[in-house]
Amino acid sequence: MADQLLDAKGLNCPLPILKAKKALKDMATGATLEIHATDPGSVADFQAFCRTTGNELVSHEVADKIYKFVIKHTA
Amino acid sequence: MGSENNAKSMSIIVTKGTLDWAYPPFILATTAAAMGLDVTMFFTFYGLTLLKKDLNLKVNPLGNAAMEMPVGGGHMAMPNILAAMPGATALTTAMLKNMTKKKGVASIEELRELAVESDINMIACQMTMDLFEYKRDDMIDGLTIGGAASWVEVATKSDINLYI
Repeated sequence: MADQLLDAKGLNCPLPILKAKKALKDMATGATLEIHATDPGSVADFQAFCRTTGNELVSHEVADKIYKFVIKHTA
Repeated sequence: MGSENNAKSMSIIVTKGTLDWAYPPFILATTAAAMGLDVTMFFTFYGLTLLKKDLNLKVNPLGNAAMEMPVGGGHMAMPNILAAMPGATALTTAMLKNMTKKKGVASIEELRELAVESDINMIACQMTMDLFEYKRDDMIDGLTIGGAASWVEVATKSDINLYI
């Protein structure tokens, strides 16, 4: 289980990314953030976000049209 | 944010102030800031209206044949003759605002607030303020007032420079 959960369901680009960044900023290094989104574009975007910022994308999966990401705050 | 080491940077010249064209610069700027870039936005000509305290953005499809609205499963563009009628701007503006709300797209007010929060460097063009008689008091706080040279200096050091 991640340390924090961000419900970004129903939000469209770029809000899931902006809200994730806002949450990560206040989290300790090494802490994990789980994000739930319904925006299909968020799959490519969270990967790009993590590659660019250096945060670790621990996992991403889709179930029942909900995209779930776990990001470890490493940057 | 500017907190990251060796942060990349991006500058955007913002020249348009209608409800539709307000989106690209604010979306790209806030996203880039969230991804650790130092971001500068230079607002000139009609883009300057995006810095007014009271945002009252509108859109009209007149002369824009590409502006189609989803209607009954298809798409429909408003004929120019209708777009020129009184009330067409209010109607199209209301439609777009309603669509953004329904689709979970942020409002420009929300994106601008996020831009301010993420310490994006916003420069208001002095010449445009003089030209269109905008007062500093009409604009939001936290702006830098500057001219072309201010942007050029930023642009020479930026990894990405966009004109929107």
